[in-house]
Amino acid sequence: MKISRRGFLKKTAVAAAAIAAPHLWVPVTREAWGATLKKGEPIKIGILFSLTGSLAVPEEDSTLAMQYAIDEINAAGGINGSPIEPVIIDAKSDFNVYSEKMKELILRHKVIATFGCYTSASRKAVLPAVMQHKSLLYYPTCYEGAECTQNTICTGPLANQHSKDLIPFMVQNFGKKVFFVGSDYVWPKESNKNAKVWLEQAGGELLGEEYIPLGSSEFTPVLNKIKQANPDFIFSTVVGASDIAFHKQFKQEGFKVEKMPIASLTTGEIETKAMGVEYGAGHFLSAPYFQGLDNPTNAKFVEKFLGSKYGKNGTTHYNMEETYTSAYVFKYGLEKAIADHGIEDVTSAKLRDASAGIKVPDEVSPEGLTWIDPENFNTWLVPKIGQCQADGSFKIVKQAAEHVAPDPYSIYPDLGKCTAKGLMAPDGKLRTNVI
Amino acid sequence: MDSLFGNFDLSAFASALLLGISIGSIWLIAALGLTIIYGTAGVINMAHGEFLMLGAYSSYMLQAYFGVPFFLCIPASFVIVGLVGLIMERGLIRYLYNRPLDTLLATWGVSLVLMQGVRLIFGSDPKYIAVPQMFQESVEIGFFSISLFRIVVLLITALLVAMIWYLFYRTRFGMQVRAVTQNKEMAAAFGINSGRVYMMTFALGAGLAGVAGSLFGVLNIVLPTMGTSYVVQAFLVVVVGGGSLVGSVAAGAGTGELQSIFAYFTSDTFARFLLFVLIVILLRYKPQGLFAITKARR
Repeated sequence: MKISRRGFLKKTAVAAAAIAAPHLWVPVTREAWGATLKKGEPIKIGILFSLTGSLAVPEEDSTLAMQYAIDEINAAGGINGSPIEPVIIDAKSDFNVYSEKMKELILRHKVIATFGCYTSASRKAVLPAVMQHKSLLYYPTCYEGAECTQNTICTGPLANQHSKDLIPFMVQNFGKKVFFVGSDYVWPKESNKNAKVWLEQAGGELLGEEYIPLGSSEFTPVLNKIKQANPDFIFSTVVGASDIAFHKQFKQEGFKVEKMPIASLTTGEIETKAMGVEYGAGHFLSAPYFQGLDNPTNAKFVEKFLGSKYGKNGTTHYNMEETYTSAYVFKYGLEKAIADHGIEDVTSAKLRDASAGIKVPDEVSPEGLTWIDPENFNTWLVPKIGQCQADGSFKIVKQAAEHVAPDPYSIYPDLGKCTAKGLMAPDGKLRTNVI
Repeated sequence: MDSLFGNFDLSAFASALLLGISIGSIWLIAALGLTIIYGTAGVINMAHGEFLMLGAYSSYMLQAYFGVPFFLCIPASFVIVGLVGLIMERGLIRYLYNRPLDTLLATWGVSLVLMQGVRLIFGSDPKYIAVPQMFQESVEIGFFSISLFRIVVLLITALLVAMIWYLFYRTRFGMQVRAVTQNKEMAAAFGINSGRVYMMTFALGAGLAGVAGSLFGVLNIVLPTMGTSYVVQAFLVVVVGGGSLVGSVAAGAGTGELQSIFAYFTSDTFARFLLFVLIVILLRYKPQGLFAITKARR
């Protein structure tokens, strides 16, 4: 065969297009790639967290909590008699791996839903694949909101359930001047946008705002700026391994927790254990769950979890609890979807529709009753503020009087309202899959 | 924070300059072992970050299981990681001295093995190294305050540099190392056992990484992957310095200082960007680094 220059280029272009855009040649009908459930056969779900790398500190524990929940559900008879079969994948703290593996979970493993991601950066990396294939992502941790997709269910707090109480609490108890420190990616920046609104309402004053690259461990330049600004408290959205370095260096550089506590959205029991209690004591955290919560469900959960083979790290944590309850949101939602449509016809989209308003009752949820908002599919929960004690446990110093509604667009009322069908703009226009 | 110079304050800026020395000392101590291994044997050791990590884990292990006080853990880490380096050199690297690309791949493979091995033995949850109460505190000198532990790191770095200098320029062994570095065959003709020199310098470089690692375990978090966050800086220091001891000292101090100054005027992320741009420009005009070693290139 004679290879002409033009012909060669043409063929290369076709091959490149086929590789770059698999949806052109992979059939996109449901039968071809979609998850199908059969009675009595295991229900496949994906678990996509980082077990290695800079995000492993919280994410490995989420994987363990998920495995624990699955074992518990399977031991109690599974879902309609079918056991759950998890496909566990290590995303290696690499956002490319997240998006690649999400496609693999959907297309090759044909999972009905995936549980995963801890950072908003990884969530935004996987969402395009999830939306394209009309799959479903359970996102079991806090995030900033300002997103309205038809393919997610979130069991953690949104910004209006996270920092809205924390900022006024800190302003009242420690003073008006605050310094923001965060990791350099989307969640801290959006969280700080929210926090600025609450700060203004509380009459506080923002002295400075600094961001550290993800995984960085050198905080002295930032601490030097904080020393110069001399705020009354620090509001932190530093995540992962950096958070531990931040708290260590805070104390090592001579900052006193009594004079300038850190109010964090992330530093919980796992982080405190990793940094050593002497560096964590005295600081504040806002979360819907703490290991020390005083209720019989939590006592049982902590005891059974730590006694199981998944409790090897010796602590429970808001992230783990949100992951644990997300497994039950999945169970109740799928039971409802199967009752509504019959097991053969359940799709990820029908599962999500059936999850509207699903309640996780007091007897199951360690943080107490929560339920999924039928419009935006985030969670109604009770925000709490805890202070780290000398033994590493958190004492609840403030708790909301009742459940707080999730509001992903609380600081962007002009953009509209997130409904089950999409983002409804004030002028009545509906946009789907807004990220 | 609004304008670049809007918030200039002399005492804070002076603090930033002093912090730059501390940052520089951390980067330098991370790079010392790499400098020696690269400078002497020309091996680009991709497992250097994992040697740092092993140092931290050695200290953790000695402290948690055997109750060894922290300051004895540091020399013990030197010995343990030095031994690991020795075994690695004898078992693998010595067969690859004349194949630089293969050493690159082999040491990278070793780094993965070490990381995974530590994960299998200790688990992937973060570990914790305790230090005496006083090293959690800081000292105030006028307007400036710095953590005592960073002063310890600075002093240990200075001590190690002095010791390496003495070893390389004032002892018989050092003379042999320099001879082998300049021309291996010629040195061998004069009766120097170059294989042994390479083995000792590799073990020494690994041991120095062990010391650095046990110190980093206190500043940062102890994880199987902790080495990766330091190894980039270490390579930067070696490349900018040109692989010689004096070059690494200059490069460590210079880059640390610049990072601190840039971070003071802008933000941490942007400072890193500026630093990398400057390094690229420098390497464009001085590809051998600041102080290259004169040697017969093989």
